Amino acid sequence: MSTDIEYKKIFGWPESLKHNPTHYCPGCGHSIAHRLVAECLDEMGLREKTIGVPPVGCSVLAYNYFNFDMVEAPHGRALAVATGVKRVHPDKFVLTYQGDGDLAAIGTAETIHAANRGERISTIFINNAIYGMTGGQMAPTTLLGQNATTAPGGRDSRLHGQPIDISSMLAVCGGVVFVERCALTSVKQIRKAKKAIKKSFQCQLDDLGFSLVELLSPCPTNWKVSPKDSWDWVNEEMVKTYPLGVIKDTTGYEDKK
Amino acid sequence: MITRTIFAGFGGQGVLLMGYVLSHGAMHKGLDVTYFPSYGAEMRGGTANCTVTLSDKKIASPVASNPDILVAMNFPSLEKFESTVVEGGTVFLNSSLFEERPSRDDIDVVPVPIMDLAREAGSARGENMVMIGTVCAKAGLLSLEETIKGMQAALKGKDKFFSLNQKAIERGFAFAADGK
Amino acid sequence: MPSEKMLMNGSQTVGEAAVRAGCRYYFGYPITPQNELPEYLSARMPEVGGTFIQGESEIASINMVLGASVSGARTMTSSSSPGVSLKQEGISYMAGMELPAVIINMMRGGPGLGNIAPSAADYFQATRGGGHGDYRTPVLAPGGGQELVDLTFEAFDLADKYRNPVLILGDGLMGQIMEPVVFPDFIDLKDLPEKDWALRGCKGREARAVFSMILGQKGELYRHNLDLQKKYDRITAEEQRWETKCPENTELIVVAYGSAARIAESAIEELKTEGINAGLFRPISLWPFPLPALRELSKQIPKVAVFELCLGQMVEDVILSVGERSEIYFHGLPGGIIPTPAQVAEFLRSIVKGDGKVGRRIEV
Repeated sequence: MSTDIEYKKIFGWPESLKHNPTHYCPGCGHSIAHRLVAECLDEMGLREKTIGVPPVGCSVLAYNYFNFDMVEAPHGRALAVATGVKRVHPDKFVLTYQGDGDLAAIGTAETIHAANRGERISTIFINNAIYGMTGGQMAPTTLLGQNATTAPGGRDSRLHGQPIDISSMLAVCGGVVFVERCALTSVKQIRKAKKAIKKSFQCQLDDLGFSLVELLSPCPTNWKVSPKDSWDWVNEEMVKTYPLGVIKDTTGYEDKK
Repeated sequence: MITRTIFAGFGGQGVLLMGYVLSHGAMHKGLDVTYFPSYGAEMRGGTANCTVTLSDKKIASPVASNPDILVAMNFPSLEKFESTVVEGGTVFLNSSLFEERPSRDDIDVVPVPIMDLAREAGSARGENMVMIGTVCAKAGLLSLEETIKGMQAALKGKDKFFSLNQKAIERGFAFAADGK
Repeated sequence: MPSEKMLMNGSQTVGEAAVRAGCRYYFGYPITPQNELPEYLSARMPEVGGTFIQGESEIASINMVLGASVSGARTMTSSSSPGVSLKQEGISYMAGMELPAVIINMMRGGPGLGNIAPSAADYFQATRGGGHGDYRTPVLAPGGGQELVDLTFEAFDLADKYRNPVLILGDGLMGQIMEPVVFPDFIDLKDLPEKDWALRGCKGREARAVFSMILGQKGELYRHNLDLQKKYDRITAEEQRWETKCPENTELIVVAYGSAARIAESAIEELKTEGINAGLFRPISLWPFPLPALRELSKQIPKVAVFELCLGQMVEDVILSVGERSEIYFHGLPGGIIPTPAQVAEFLRSIVKGDGKVGRRIEV
């Protein structure tokens, strides 16, 4: 009797990721988000025509991990830089990967106007409600009552303002065709996130307009909780301020099961 | 040879266009030229002026300390610039609009009834063209042909205005020749 | 083919020259007195297959320039003083990332919003880097007209040659004045050297990243800065530009650039009729400043008169060049007015008479 076994590769290292260990903390959502972006680029055959723009923030060194061309932008300016890139290379695939401070505080103007121009760019927006790289300061998306090193005692709406829901703000812009908010804190949500990222990429390939996927992402280090508790906090607390789901979709795509 | 001319008046009197016609005509003639329009706050205040310098050599400063020629389309412009005109210079006045005259006696004064002359030429709106015709002729800056070329270049693409403007310029040249 | 002689204002002149020098990507934000440039390019770029975007801010515009530059394109932005202050962030990043771009500053009165009349008060900002970090940008100061055309072409070539932002420093006067100009033929973009550092997607090669943050623990940033400095030294040695107009028996040399130099030149002409022999030294590259040339000149001429449309910035480079070899006089008109040749003539007469009425002697 033959003992030949046919092997089929069902899991591997995405080509869009370099073989470098990341500097991200244990339990951080960035590694999952990187992996999802890389898988989507691989599966859609985009790696070799991709130019990515990382933010200033924890993922400023994303070019050490992503295996495609990347240009670092000044803090908040990713979508302005990406606009310049895309206008020179309309045939290439351009994505920005930005945190909440980058996209929703210092870069609010660049974000809104690139989106409103309908730049053919896909944006991955990592919302962890805190400034990670600089050490736990308050973010524009920090929840009410949430502690931060610059909001001791917790965010107070009178003192610090309300957490900003930039994805919903972007949804009203004419140039925006697709916005979805997902979380990186359950298998089910991670699968949904991947689907949303692919859809965003497809929007660009089909020349429809600007699209963005917001990913609620845990930061156990700066939230000062265990990785397990950080997942629970996203799923139980963060989603109250930032409800998951599609915020805008004018793509006309029929979702495949 | 270097001639510095200031055109001044209300916005809407075609002051900048006069300078523009002279500049184009001078370039056509082969002269070096600089055209410096007033801009900004003054523009919004309702008055306009521009300085045109012509020379057969390369022009250094586009700003004139003292113009050789002043074209005053309204009284405030005469008041503002009269004292800056060089000794022996010439002031062209829009005599259809105001009766005041310069107080100096060391400059030539040429009152031009541009409203009447423009009407005679068949174009009430051609007052500035009458004036530029008179200035170019009287001061010997450009020939009639050069002035018309200048007008056509300045209004490039607006051919429908050429013939009326040409008549107004010709009227200005005729006025310069015989004073009527 | 070269163009016919055209009558254009300084801002439009730079726009047309840029297009012919191969610039196809312009990003900018309106500000007086240079709006004629973006207005011109908003119509011109589509005619040549280029891109014009009115950014939402100066900051966005300069970063769009950064993106277009890293993609391998010839790209440009323009503004006037307050707007150029906002662009400094992007300029510093581009200097760090070694990205070429051309930035136009038609200077106006400051500080703050100041006013919209011409000024030359951004000399320090332009020639000392302008943003944060240890960097320099070549600064070209045209005298207007045809030189705006020529130096715009040169600015793009210098930017590409050294992979560095290059500034063109004009002023509100220069931007508004119309003069006859002739444009050279369009360059063929295919004739330009290949930019093997640009990002176009990694097909057929390793993925590449362009960045300015250098965190390595082995002195990587230290070495990067030393490398940048070597480049700046090379630029200093090779790219000095100036013009000297010195008749025989020159007793006094005026140092001025841009519009101030043209106004001074008319004053010098005027003084000739009074028997005063003055010459002109006009720096065209403000950084690198033509220090050795001015130093040589000061060995022969006893008096150096500095005239600026600000209250004393370039004069510091003149002091570095001249030292104690000649007497240095300075006269500055605060930016935000239209200066006249008569004002410069007064200054020069005052030096010759030694009455100290206009301007002041600089003690070194």
